[in-house]
Amino acid sequence: MVTFDNCGIYCAQAGIYIDPWKPVDKAIITHAHSDHAHAGMGTYIAHEHAIPVMRFRLGADIRAQSLAYDEMITINGVKISLHPAGHIWGSSQVRLEYKGEIWVVSGDYKLRHDGISTPFEPVKCHSFITESTFGLPIYNFPPIEEVHGDINDWWTKNKEEGKNSIIAAYSLGKAQRVLTHLDTSIGNIYTHGAVDNINKIYIDTIGTLPHTQRIDSSVNRKEIKGAMIIAPPSALDTPWMRTLQPYKLGICSGWMQLRGTRRRRGADRGFVLSDHADWDQLNTAVKETGAERIYVTHGYKSIYAKWLSTNYGLDATEVETLYTGESEDNNTDTQTKLAQDNESIQ
Amino acid sequence: MRAFSELFTNIDQTASTNEKIDALVSYFATADEQDAIWCVALLSGRAPRRTVKTSELWEWSGELSGLPVWLQAESYHIVGDLAETISLLLPSHHTNHDYSLHQIIHDLIDLKGKDDAERKKYITHMWQQFNKQELFVFNKFITGGFRMGVSDKIIIKALAKHYNIDENIVAHRLSGGWEARGNTLNALLSNEDGTTDISRPYPFYLAYPLETAPEELGDVSEWQIERKYDGIRGQIIIRNNTLFVWSRGEDLMTEKFVEFHNLVNMLPDGIVIDGEILPMKDGIYLPFHVMQTRIGRKNVTKKTLQDAPLVMVCYDILEHDGVDVRHLSMQERRAILENVINDARSRNNNLPLLLSPVLECNTWQEVTEERTRSRDNHCEGLMLKKKDSEYKTGRRRGDWWKWKVDPLSIDGVMLYAQRGHGRRADLYTDFTFAVWDGDELVPFCKAYSGLTDKEMLQVDAWIKKNTLDKFGPVRSVTPTLVFEIGFEGINPSPRHKSGVALRFPRILRWRQDKTAKEANTKADLMELLNIYGIGKSE
Repeated sequence: MVTFDNCGIYCAQAGIYIDPWKPVDKAIITHAHSDHAHAGMGTYIAHEHAIPVMRFRLGADIRAQSLAYDEMITINGVKISLHPAGHIWGSSQVRLEYKGEIWVVSGDYKLRHDGISTPFEPVKCHSFITESTFGLPIYNFPPIEEVHGDINDWWTKNKEEGKNSIIAAYSLGKAQRVLTHLDTSIGNIYTHGAVDNINKIYIDTIGTLPHTQRIDSSVNRKEIKGAMIIAPPSALDTPWMRTLQPYKLGICSGWMQLRGTRRRRGADRGFVLSDHADWDQLNTAVKETGAERIYVTHGYKSIYAKWLSTNYGLDATEVETLYTGESEDNNTDTQTKLAQDNESIQ
Repeated sequence: MRAFSELFTNIDQTASTNEKIDALVSYFATADEQDAIWCVALLSGRAPRRTVKTSELWEWSGELSGLPVWLQAESYHIVGDLAETISLLLPSHHTNHDYSLHQIIHDLIDLKGKDDAERKKYITHMWQQFNKQELFVFNKFITGGFRMGVSDKIIIKALAKHYNIDENIVAHRLSGGWEARGNTLNALLSNEDGTTDISRPYPFYLAYPLETAPEELGDVSEWQIERKYDGIRGQIIIRNNTLFVWSRGEDLMTEKFVEFHNLVNMLPDGIVIDGEILPMKDGIYLPFHVMQTRIGRKNVTKKTLQDAPLVMVCYDILEHDGVDVRHLSMQERRAILENVINDARSRNNNLPLLLSPVLECNTWQEVTEERTRSRDNHCEGLMLKKKDSEYKTGRRRGDWWKWKVDPLSIDGVMLYAQRGHGRRADLYTDFTFAVWDGDELVPFCKAYSGLTDKEMLQVDAWIKKNTLDKFGPVRSVTPTLVFEIGFEGINPSPRHKSGVALRFPRILRWRQDKTAKEANTKADLMELLNIYGIGKSE
């Protein structure tokens, strides 16, 4: 019912692609990150909260159909619905049902609640397509509350030392998530323009965020003292950032679990905070679907597929997609370095 | 343990020297005496010998985590550090009981005499007492190689600050071999522990590479010019009629250097000489690889003594008549050294000590010419030492410079790539290079340093897209990329397919302007071997 071709994940019966990377007629988009939402599709179908961001990034004139979670449409006999993936706000798993056979394309997901995304819901199916970004048992993320506490403590300490705190976080998803859990009594919060743009969309479509100020030409840099600044990783090592000295830099990413990555990225602090599932979450998600056929995409594909077949006796296959931007298996590592501002690959 | 683990975290999270020093100072302020001295011992590379094998660690951690061996191995390839991998794979625990650092280290040392079951019981029990960070630190105790971005300089500064003692004194008291067990920093630093005092070496004074034109150093007459020898830097100490030979790595190597054992009868007592230990036969220095095989031997046989007799080329004297003379000028120390050596030589024909000759140069031009003759003398270049300089501790700029000859170089094609370790784990950064032998590519060296961070990422991405085959952590790639490999020396080696072994190979640059076909050949390597590779005696 679902196949993988050189454009993306394809359901022939419905004539529709999911997260295609080449222009096609009809595309369901799991979420608005740029490696999943590409330009040039005839029609886009996505969750209602994803579409405003897609319009902002792909063009206001895209043809888009919005769906709520659990809302079902039928195309040529295929029942299609979206279900919360918990990855970022507006992210979905796509459920496809045809003549009793059910597939779920999960896109990117996490099981833990981040406080702003609609929490992940397991969907029963026969075939499950899962990512494997952190599909190794070395990735066991610490409790989210602990990391939030660490971020606030770090901010407090930097402020006492007369330094700004810069958090590098992807502007869509991670930035809003970090913002929501900041202790606003510590000090002022500023944002990079790229983050502020997305914040505005969030506030327009979903709800409130702590008060922040965009750093533009009207802001006197000398007034930014002991502040928290949220910037996309692409702003690292730029003249923009140098104007914020003295500062300490923190990076929020699941890759920060490894000491080597932490040190290589040259951050003062690495916070293990990810919008992807870690090892335990992946295993839980796979088991809860009840699926017997698992297709493993971007991440430590071959390792994770081998684990699913040898440990759970599942029919697990690795699948090439362009979500990693590279064709080799078992390597998500280039994302860490090359895909600067998105943990989930460009 | 908790405090030490936090110290580790604090140090690991900063690149600032001052913050590292502050973290250490505040640790010393509250730490138990025995914990504090173990902290210094661990940070300065004095970790106790391993008592648990790697295979045992994998087996036991596999039992606790329930993960299959292949998955543990895959994890290790990604993490690149055994201690860290195991700490990430084991379930973490939160217990309120804090174990003392020194007790843990003593327990680990004492595992040596225990049987397998007891050792396993101890390790697996402890694994269930720690959170992730503590687990990592604990595993580092087991696996050794405890490096955490703290140089000796930082430890010395922190101790000097905490105890309010001069840095040079701290440096001296910390050098050489001392026992942490049953000892305290107070005793060690105030020189009251007395146990290892007579063997204690001075911290070596190390030079930075010359970064400017030599003319900028001022008048050549103010400088003492010597050759830079390619051996093992060492200190010969004679105190209380006992000989000690230390290497620069602060290993006591007295036993290895049989040639020096009679020095107690040839030199005056209360003396410390700094120099280079080298193999020399019939008045000619032998290349470094001769030395290497000699050092690697457990037992020094008669034949090795004949094949590679060692001498020390002496270039400085640090203690004379039992008095520390490091504060004297280079010129004054040199005069003392010459007296001592010449006097000893006049009484002993077979004195295994030589003076490092001072090169007579009247202009920097002459110095530059001497430098070009370095390889003819099996030397790496020149040492430039200010005549009025005192003997300092550690690596310092200003008074001493090393001016090495440019490395030899050859263009090789990348054949294999392997993931790096530590900071470079999960990146392909360790490469094997080959030269052409007819139509065939013959590997001739491995190298892993020399690329910029940006190049490293580019090459890493290229490797992933151009992999031919994978063997564990190693990938073979399509032979396409050409790199200029620099090295300090070349020697024959029956163990390598190419027939040569290079000394200090590293990547000089990525030759993006060259195709694989344009790389060098095995014949080119052989030519370099013929010119530079064979000892003058042969």
